[in-house]
Amino acid sequence: MKALLLRALSRFLALDRRWIFLLMALCIVTPLILPIGLPFTPDPAVRNLHRAIEDLPEGSVVLVSCDYDPGSKPELQPFTEALFRHLFRRKLKVVVSCLWAGAPPLVNQAIAQALEAEEVKVLGLKDKVDYVNLGYKDGRQLVMLGMGENIHSTFPKSNDGTPVSQIPLMQRMRKLGDSQLFVNVSGGSPGTKEWVETAQGRFGLRMVAACTAVMAPDNIPYYEAGQLLGLAGGMKGSADYEQLVGLPGSATRGMAAQSFGHLLIIAFIALGNVAFFMTRGRKR
Amino acid sequence: MKKEIPLLIAFLLGTWMILENFLTGIPWVGPMKEVITNGGIVIMAFTYVLGIYSIVSVNVARIRRGQDVVPKVALLAALALMVALGFWRGHEEGTPFNWLYLNLYVPLQATMFSLLAFYIASAAFRAFRARSLEATLLLVCAILVMVGRIPVGEKIWASFPQVSDWIMNIPNLAGKRAIMIGAALGAISTGLRVILGLERSYLGGE
Repeated sequence: MKALLLRALSRFLALDRRWIFLLMALCIVTPLILPIGLPFTPDPAVRNLHRAIEDLPEGSVVLVSCDYDPGSKPELQPFTEALFRHLFRRKLKVVVSCLWAGAPPLVNQAIAQALEAEEVKVLGLKDKVDYVNLGYKDGRQLVMLGMGENIHSTFPKSNDGTPVSQIPLMQRMRKLGDSQLFVNVSGGSPGTKEWVETAQGRFGLRMVAACTAVMAPDNIPYYEAGQLLGLAGGMKGSADYEQLVGLPGSATRGMAAQSFGHLLIIAFIALGNVAFFMTRGRKR
Repeated sequence: MKKEIPLLIAFLLGTWMILENFLTGIPWVGPMKEVITNGGIVIMAFTYVLGIYSIVSVNVARIRRGQDVVPKVALLAALALMVALGFWRGHEEGTPFNWLYLNLYVPLQATMFSLLAFYIASAAFRAFRARSLEATLLLVCAILVMVGRIPVGEKIWASFPQVSDWIMNIPNLAGKRAIMIGAALGAISTGLRVILGLERSYLGGE
């Protein structure tokens, strides 16, 4: 009996990885096709991010730097979509910029989607007056430094080619420090780390950030030090934010898929260890 | 002069980037900062030209040698197509460039990154073993954080998220801060060596 068990465990350890791939695919795809509502409590760091926006007086200028590309879309696009709807319905003035070449089309989609929402439509927001998209600028930290000194010089034209000097909203926004809140949506480098190190302390920014799950541990020191007022990490952070603003979207739907994916990985780690230690002596 | 001029430029600009933080209240410093920063941005934009030259030359050489001809040709064709479409009709919504970006590039890149989930599951199964005390600690922490970050974890035990937060905010934070301080000291040291001309590897050949 014991020999049979050991042989089964040995075979399990040599499991073809295609079975693992298949199980993982089932764990991820099934909850996305058949949504399962799993309740969860928002993280305190995301609550603080939400509060930083809620506390802003109407008409405050918020600068949003969207620094990610399609690789981070499942984690960060839900946050960006919920963020714009939140900012618009709070009647805040929004200035958007990008340091990643892959970001502008995703940002345009998120802005367009937010503007089509019923609660935003009724506000009759006007491009260049209530919000402006400055588009993409290459130059990493140099762009951050330039924006800290003079945004008009760093971004002479908006995304659609309008000179910044002719944009009403930009008359209130001449440098980074003129914004009442700075939001960074970050998928890597340059991103939150670089913004904190280069601009947050230097230009006295009130800053919050949303980043991918792998980046969250790197950014927690900035949040704990008070350099970030709030932090949303990964798809869970986006789902927390969606819940706080009352706009459950793809991140909330993805929580079930993430749950089953994590559980499968944990199960494989546990079973792999049990099988390994039980068969170790046999191999010797 | 091939070395002396770049070393002088590095020394002057490096020194300026440090000094500008301390030069406040001097009228010409602000405009000077803008000129140097914008100059840097222009120089960085030129690296795209270098990048295109590099990708074309490397892939053309491979095609000539007959290595991976189909993917290399596809890469160069995609590069040429996107550049041509960008110049022809721009990149705004509704343009062919934007359509290809949203319908080809976005799903392709998302697919590449989604493969990570499958490889992580497979690698964790094969390699994540509690062979030593350190490996066991890592394994236990990883499982607690993974469970604490999902709604199911909260269902199993309401305090899982707090346990996960404690691991992230206390031991992880301490380790991260130590690494960050070490890296910052290293960056300062390397920066000073570049400014003073002691570190010359960026010139190539040394």
